[in-house]
Amino acid sequence: MTIPQNLRYTKEHEWISVDGDVATVGITAFAAEALGDVVFVELPEAGSEVSAGTPCGEIESTKSVSEIYAPVDGEVTEVNQAVIDTPESVNSDPYEQGWLFKVRVESMPELMDAAAYTALTQEG
Amino acid sequence: MKTPLHDVHSGLGASFTDFAGWDMPVRYSSELAEHRAVREASGLFDLSHMGEIELAGPQAADALDYALSGKLSAVAVGRARYTMMCNERGGVVDDLVVYRLADDRYLVVANAGNAAEVSAELVRRAEGFDTTVTDRSSETALIAVQGPTSAAIVGAVSDADLSALKYYASVPTTVGGREVLLARTGYTGEDGFELFVAADDAEAVWRVLTEAGEGHGLVPCGLACRDTLRLEAGMPLYGNELSADGSPFAANLGRVVRFDKEGDFVGRAALEDRPEPETVLVGLTGGGRRAPRHGYRVLQGDDEVGEITSGALSPTLGHPIAMAYVPVRCSEPGTTLSADIRGRLEPVEVVALPFYQRR
Repeated sequence: MTIPQNLRYTKEHEWISVDGDVATVGITAFAAEALGDVVFVELPEAGSEVSAGTPCGEIESTKSVSEIYAPVDGEVTEVNQAVIDTPESVNSDPYEQGWLFKVRVESMPELMDAAAYTALTQEG
Repeated sequence: MKTPLHDVHSGLGASFTDFAGWDMPVRYSSELAEHRAVREASGLFDLSHMGEIELAGPQAADALDYALSGKLSAVAVGRARYTMMCNERGGVVDDLVVYRLADDRYLVVANAGNAAEVSAELVRRAEGFDTTVTDRSSETALIAVQGPTSAAIVGAVSDADLSALKYYASVPTTVGGREVLLARTGYTGEDGFELFVAADDAEAVWRVLTEAGEGHGLVPCGLACRDTLRLEAGMPLYGNELSADGSPFAANLGRVVRFDKEGDFVGRAALEDRPEPETVLVGLTGGGRRAPRHGYRVLQGDDEVGEITSGALSPTLGHPIAMAYVPVRCSEPGTTLSADIRGRLEPVEVVALPFYQRR
């Protein structure tokens, strides 16, 4: 299971990549594997405000559905239309093509680094 | 609990899930690819978690006629029957496939979660009949090959005449030198076979089938795709569509209750006295990609009228499908209802089952 070193992570198994004041959000390979084949993704609308720790979307596999949580406070600047059209990219490429949405960060809680997230995934 | 094939699954990189206390493969790689393989080629399943109970003796047939809803005495040797065990109230203890192996010998196959109860009930219900009841679950493995290429795969490794082996029939044969009971049954809506083998032979038979499947698109398949396959085929799952409080009639399975057989059977009085069911099982289809799931509410207008029993985005059809219990007045195909999908009402239409039928 790949856990890129350069990303930050939440306990909801999302990854965050920060570039300036914009955070790109996705779900981890660990979460994608647990969900199974992703068949539907519902994302917050561009321009909407999200707040850290609250649900802002849904991700659905044939077997189960989970909420997507906003990892930071801020305004959604962009959603990944490609992942809505081809949700399987969440499974095949969770850290690149499978990104979900971008947020202009107003405030960011403390997030895990790769080592802390690796430990979380190994707790079972 | 682990099946005799657990190490094989681990070696294949399976993801596991708990199912009725069993550590079972949920998928090997992608459940959508596995689903597609069963529809277009074939899938290989480990179903060793299911229960196998043997009845043997001069009155085995009479005991089953009393214990179950069907007329098992009328089943020809070598044939099988889908049937049910009901409780005294007419509720469903389990849905079963019963194979007649000889005049005086039957094999009852029960769902994993109900196997212990079915076995104990058969012992109790067979008291007074001249038959033995033997739970063979732990010594028996069950492997299924399901899909349009399954006959070519099984035909390559067995001497059995498959052209003579009808749907819901079985024949003893050998595969890779191991004794198997080869049955043409399944839970996927495709042509397919189920092979009952000794637990010690399971790995050898699995490997022989895997090798024979090369060139026929055979892939190992987990329980995730088994569930979407059976849902598309409109087949009930115990715990979702069937329960100890539900009636076979409400589940549209009245045909398996044989009031015409002689003598009493457990549940007869309750089933005969039972009024027409107020709610019945229907198929629902929706648009978009958000699927109604087990436990979600079904509404007509503003009125809650029922509950989803199973639902998923159909991998074959590409739209949401579900089953639900709704009042008879809402059950006509073409009726528009709605499903409460996590707080948002989505329109669904009542359709005839099954959703998918092989050509």
